[in-house]
Amino acid sequence: MTSLPWDLQVLNTLAALLLLLSFAMLSQRRIVALVDLLALQGALLCIATSLLAWRTGDHHLYVSAALTLGLKVIFLPWLLHRLIRRLDVYWDTEPLLNITGTMLIGVLVVIFAFGLAQPISALASTATRNSIGIAVAVILIAFLTMITRRKAMSQVVGFLSMENGLFFGAMSATYGMPMVVELGVALDVLVAMLVLGVFFFQIREQFDSLDLKHFESLKEDQ
Amino acid sequence: MNAFEWVVQLLGIVLALAAAPILLGWVNKCRAWLQNKSAPGILLPYRGIRKLFHKDAVIAHNASRLFRLAPYVVFGAMVAAAAVIPSIATRLPITRAADAIALVGLLATARVFLSLAAMDVGTAFGTLGARREMMIGFLAEPALLVVIFVVSLTCATTALPMIAERQAAQSFALNPSLAFTAVAFTMVLLAENARIPVDNPATHLELTMIHEALLLEYSARHLALMEWAAALKLFNYACIGFAVFIPWGIATGDAPLGLTLSVMLLGVKLAVAGAGLALIETVSAKLRVFRAPEFLATAFLFAVLGLLVRLLLGASA
Repeated sequence: MTSLPWDLQVLNTLAALLLLLSFAMLSQRRIVALVDLLALQGALLCIATSLLAWRTGDHHLYVSAALTLGLKVIFLPWLLHRLIRRLDVYWDTEPLLNITGTMLIGVLVVIFAFGLAQPISALASTATRNSIGIAVAVILIAFLTMITRRKAMSQVVGFLSMENGLFFGAMSATYGMPMVVELGVALDVLVAMLVLGVFFFQIREQFDSLDLKHFESLKEDQ
Repeated sequence: MNAFEWVVQLLGIVLALAAAPILLGWVNKCRAWLQNKSAPGILLPYRGIRKLFHKDAVIAHNASRLFRLAPYVVFGAMVAAAAVIPSIATRLPITRAADAIALVGLLATARVFLSLAAMDVGTAFGTLGARREMMIGFLAEPALLVVIFVVSLTCATTALPMIAERQAAQSFALNPSLAFTAVAFTMVLLAENARIPVDNPATHLELTMIHEALLLEYSARHLALMEWAAALKLFNYACIGFAVFIPWGIATGDAPLGLTLSVMLLGVKLAVAGAGLALIETVSAKLRVFRAPEFLATAFLFAVLGLLVRLLLGASA
């Protein structure tokens, strides 16, 4: 059995931990813990990016690592926690499916994602190409997290986790996106988050709850 | 050297029989220390077993032959499992005879007889315990099997001694898939041995117990055998864990020096693992019975993730 250089070993471990965190988010019932898990995912992403930057000597990866740290580890979780306090929504309702069922679907999603990523990994020439499958799986599981939740708050957390997965995918496939795109995406996420923060208050004012099932019926039917 | 191998094999079995109650006593002692209680003696399980052997057995009138037979079958299965698991050396006659899947089968046999015996007398608690035991069992077994599959995939064999040798020969490397499976295995160990997140070994409160409910009708020598078998089960699970995840120092030849070292290392590993188990039991609260499937589903998930990560990150990871 050939042994990998240590930095690749660490990168692989970080990739596996990212996948694990996605599953933890999928099974988490409490919104506060969900935000903490998101921050942890961002932190792992930041470490992975810095390590990759050190390995490849790519300076712009350091910038994106710093961006990840500032935005996804510190600012957005802080903002979310503040929103949770202001809106007083500490509890997420029971997800649409039970936890065990959701997790089994999650496993199937991972298998699908790995199959999907196989040809991409075969084409990529980066040292981290094996992680592409994990990135795709993280994206799809975040999607599943959004699908199985009713509350607007947890859907936003799922959305942010999806962005983490996309970022990780770009990193493992091509050592990160061009700087302009990365800055643009970061700005988009930031603005989206701020707009959604305002939206939360509007939604609650309108419906007295953040449960999105109220959106499904037309106004006349109520 | 064939005769010598048999002697070592016999020594391994005797060691397992002798060490299992001490391991249980050690876990209880550590837990008492951690919880600021005065600790019972480490030999307490021995004393309990001896006391029970001196008593007269009381058996319900409507108990069938199965009820009397079950303790011997369960004990026998655990001793056979102890012989199959490479705890001190890998090149032993019985150890070579069965692989990991057969071992899971042996453990399942013990479980089936335990549950049948509990239902035999027809008391409500026995049936309740048997049902819960089967529920835990049918959820824990797939997780255990997937753990074994991951390790078999890594080592290209299902034979435990070969796995132990391959793992021992490997240089140290960060291995996320093995780490995940190790977590899964620990969770299965906790569930299968009626440890705290799933069952509380120290309680006799009827509504929450699983393992104790199964043994409620037994007394004297039958109970002694059952308790000894339970201690052996914990010892066996610990030894499977050592053989699969941390086999360093296990004797691969039959040199007496290597064997001595191997036995000493086993003692150290057991002491550390026992303290770790006591720590887990101290820091976690018992789950509701209906949350136990979630706990075991998580174990299964860890094992499957280990498998998937291993398939994706490739043979080099």
